[in-house]
Amino acid sequence: MVTIYIDGKPYQVDAGQNLLHICLSMGINLPYFCWHPAMGSVGACRQCAVKQFRDENDTRGRLVMACMTPAVEGLRISVQDPQAVEFRASIIEWLMENHPHDCPVCDEGGECHLQDMTVMTGHTYRHYRWKKRTFRNQNLGPFINHEMNRCIQCYRCVRFYRGFAGGRDFDAFSNHNTVYFGRKTDGVLESEFSGNLVEVCPTGVFTDKTFRKHYTRKWDLQTAPSVCVNCSLGCNTTPGERYGQLRRIRNRYNFNVNGYFLCDRGRYGYEFVNSDRRIRQARLRRNREAAFESVAPDEGLQRIKEIVKKSGRTIGIGSPRASLESNFALRTLVGPEHFFSGATVKDHELVTEAIKILRDIPSSMASLHEVETSDAALVLGEDVNNVAPMAAYALRQSVRCKPQAISQKLKISDWDDTAAREAVQDQKGPLYLATIADTRLDDMATRTFHASPQEIARLGFAVAHQISPTAPQPENLDSAALELSKMIAQDLKDAESPVVVSGCSLEEKSILYAAANVVQALRSIGKPARLFLTLPESNSLGLELLEPGSLNQAFAIAREDNVEAAIILENDLYRRSNPALLEAFFKSIPSVIVLDSLDNPTAQKADVLLPAATFAESDGTLVNNESRAQRYFQVFVPQDDIKESWVWLRAIGDALGQEEPGARKTFDGLIADMVKELPFLAPVQEISPASGFRIAGAKIPRQPHRYSGRTSMHANVSVHEPQPPQDPDSPLSFSMEGFLAEPPIEQPPASLIPEFWAPGWNSIQSLNKFQEEVSGPLIGGDPGKRIILPPDPEQAAYFDEIPEPFASRAGELLLAPLYAIYGSEELSIHTPGEAQLTPPLRLEINPRDAQQFNLTGETVLQVSVDSQVFELPLHISASIPEGTAGMICGLPEMPYVALPAWGKVTPKPVNSSTENPG
Amino acid sequence: MNQLATKYKDEISRIMAKYPPEYRRSAVMPLLYLAQREMGYLTDEAMQEIAEITEMGVTEVASIVGFYTLFHDQPGGKYRMQVCTDLPCALRGADRFLEELCQNLGIQPGETTPDGLLQIEEVKCLAACHRAPMYQVQSPEGLTFYEHQTVESALEVIAGLRASEQGKGGQA
Repeated sequence: MVTIYIDGKPYQVDAGQNLLHICLSMGINLPYFCWHPAMGSVGACRQCAVKQFRDENDTRGRLVMACMTPAVEGLRISVQDPQAVEFRASIIEWLMENHPHDCPVCDEGGECHLQDMTVMTGHTYRHYRWKKRTFRNQNLGPFINHEMNRCIQCYRCVRFYRGFAGGRDFDAFSNHNTVYFGRKTDGVLESEFSGNLVEVCPTGVFTDKTFRKHYTRKWDLQTAPSVCVNCSLGCNTTPGERYGQLRRIRNRYNFNVNGYFLCDRGRYGYEFVNSDRRIRQARLRRNREAAFESVAPDEGLQRIKEIVKKSGRTIGIGSPRASLESNFALRTLVGPEHFFSGATVKDHELVTEAIKILRDIPSSMASLHEVETSDAALVLGEDVNNVAPMAAYALRQSVRCKPQAISQKLKISDWDDTAAREAVQDQKGPLYLATIADTRLDDMATRTFHASPQEIARLGFAVAHQISPTAPQPENLDSAALELSKMIAQDLKDAESPVVVSGCSLEEKSILYAAANVVQALRSIGKPARLFLTLPESNSLGLELLEPGSLNQAFAIAREDNVEAAIILENDLYRRSNPALLEAFFKSIPSVIVLDSLDNPTAQKADVLLPAATFAESDGTLVNNESRAQRYFQVFVPQDDIKESWVWLRAIGDALGQEEPGARKTFDGLIADMVKELPFLAPVQEISPASGFRIAGAKIPRQPHRYSGRTSMHANVSVHEPQPPQDPDSPLSFSMEGFLAEPPIEQPPASLIPEFWAPGWNSIQSLNKFQEEVSGPLIGGDPGKRIILPPDPEQAAYFDEIPEPFASRAGELLLAPLYAIYGSEELSIHTPGEAQLTPPLRLEINPRDAQQFNLTGETVLQVSVDSQVFELPLHISASIPEGTAGMICGLPEMPYVALPAWGKVTPKPVNSSTENPG
Repeated sequence: MNQLATKYKDEISRIMAKYPPEYRRSAVMPLLYLAQREMGYLTDEAMQEIAEITEMGVTEVASIVGFYTLFHDQPGGKYRMQVCTDLPCALRGADRFLEELCQNLGIQPGETTPDGLLQIEEVKCLAACHRAPMYQVQSPEGLTFYEHQTVESALEVIAGLRASEQGKGGQA
């Protein structure tokens, strides 16, 4: 710490930190453009000029750029100095020279950093009166709108896209007055992080195209804190609603999780909420042959009451995409012994195993932030870009940690981005990727290893053994893998904070064991190694923590124990199990009750169907891959008969006259019950204040104080202003009245801030007012708490279930699951843009296997696996290991098949009449 | 595709030999120079081929082409007269010089004379601020600087270019 003087006032600050970072952290407003909290300084825009003085007698001083000046003991600067103020005003005037006067119709208007900075510098009158330069815009695909005329050349976009996100199809073109940011030619931006350009751009060059399709002014959006439901990482989001329609998703900073960025699946995967496939009314059918009829909710409940009353036994099938509370409500309704996991049998086993592994080493679990700051990484099995994209982003940053030693030796600060990158050049820290096939992270990898799932596991076991000889050793490892395992072990041992990233996507338990062994081995030699496991879905961990039975057990009970009814919670079982098994299951159950938000094949099987709310219309808790319980809040009240699942389940309980504690009538009561029954879930109660929480006696409004049309929004229906909906479940209100935050003086706890906004800071950059320091934790602590907590139990034994070496089979290929960022996930494909980017169905085969099987380029293949037959076009891919084949799983047209599995692959007979698929 | 690699095999290997094999991208500038010499500008195909040779993305190659005043991604005049109009040159009258010159030639900055001989371009600093108005003429033969220019002197230079071109035509 050093003392510096800003406008004569002393401040204690971190030595060497840049002055812009310091000023913003201290709450001093200083305008800037090219600097970004996550991307450091480049000193390009000259907007953050301040006056620096030699000593207290120096009255003249000189202008310096705050973002490029490190703090040293006794440093004296002035932000208010008239010359500095004038300089900053003229800089912005120059930047604005070519900027169009289209603020009133601009998509960025109302949350534009350029607008904010213009107001901050006091530049109100433009002298420039000549022609402005104009550009042709590009079509950058379904997510991002391009409007180059607004550009002020801060270079943040190209720095983010190329330097941080690793995209290669976007760059700066031309020079001088015509610098252009875009692609070489029109086309979809390839990076899965392209959506961040919308927030990285300080003005309206890049704006959200999905939002534009149902645009509303930013200050007319009703928002609430939320959590992304499109993968297991639990990135924090801020969804915005108007007129019952979810309009967009914005990033929501969480120091431990996603920081400043989101992936495109998370940002744009929200449109299922507005889908016309939403179930909006209760629906029932008198018998299995009868047609569905929409009914009033009470009639649906009445029918359920009749069904469940007469039944001896009702089973409940939970869901890895439903909240912890809804799953628990179902578990309570049917009884723990009749509660089954709605995950696939394999996922159920894998996640249960993952929980055991994490419980062995809670102190070594990595958060996403810790992955980003690791100086060596080993990825076992996961194609992170497609399974958990933000983990790929974190790994991409992690390779920059180790080479920082080079720039630090040259006394270059880590925040001095251009200089640090120049010093480091192409050098990268260790990152080893062991996956089935190529991934989009390969360009960062020290070495890649493409092999079958069991060989990946064996490599992991070998690495563990190389680190600590007490770890079991795989036998008959081939020499290449042995050499690689030695190399990986050495790099992990040399690192200060190595991380092992693995997960469930290859559906291979031994990969999890191998990853655990590597971490255990590193810990045994005193390395603070960390483990990061990606899981299948947004609440996979939460679901399995409730200790449900497996789906197969549910099927068995249904077969044998004359179960009368099954309640299926937010789950399309056709994505989870073999269709033949499911048909038998539905046949054996007289009454099927389904609660879901989107019509799907399971909903089609329902005898009673209840319309469930989506994440944007409910309160709930999701438990992410590192067991972090995170609360999401209702953004808006759903229309029609849609209700939150736990509310439906409560109503069913009431209809049955179930004896239940009165407290469960409320959301708080439900959580209290849950914690009472499963005390290890106690952190769930602490992640956010209970519904009774008030500040100065007031609730926290979801609508900003600038919200317009309160009295007129529904005037076409009735001229009387409707009473705002009540929210008994949280301290937030569906109103613009209530506690007005005044950061950083007084504000709600971070878990309850509907949207980051501060006076003068309308853009997402307002975040600096809510952080303890720039890029640091949110004031009062980031929301979310881990459920699996230290202390670690005694050191667990090494796993020794090492799989046999992979042996190819004559006439068969091992079908391994591949993933597509757009397509493999159930909900996001309902966004039109994401559906457009979904890859086609195909089977990927190594060229040598293709030759051996006499398959050529255009063939359609017949694939027999798990008593199903599919027809898939052949795709020859050199990176698929010999003896295996890759199949993109989760695509909507594909029936579920448990992978990896051996399959027979033959060219489709010429006159085959088999309908595709299976 | 592979037009350059076929036609200039030896020259490309000579260029590539100058750089360490792991930094193939270092060869991008001489390769672009080579390709531009061939066509007078850089075609999409040439950029694609250079991207493949240097193991760069075609986007990066195009970005480099865009940055440098002397690389062109559009066909233009045989001679490119590049006038600097940055601030110091403008203070010495470069902007008026350019305007009047263009009026005399009957074209706008960026355009080519109808005979395809001369293209006038406005460029950024050419490092001769104190000798403005100034320009450089880029031709297949090389680059010539002209300083302390007036419209009259520039027209003389153009007339000279035209005469030498006709001379060449006569000889051919």
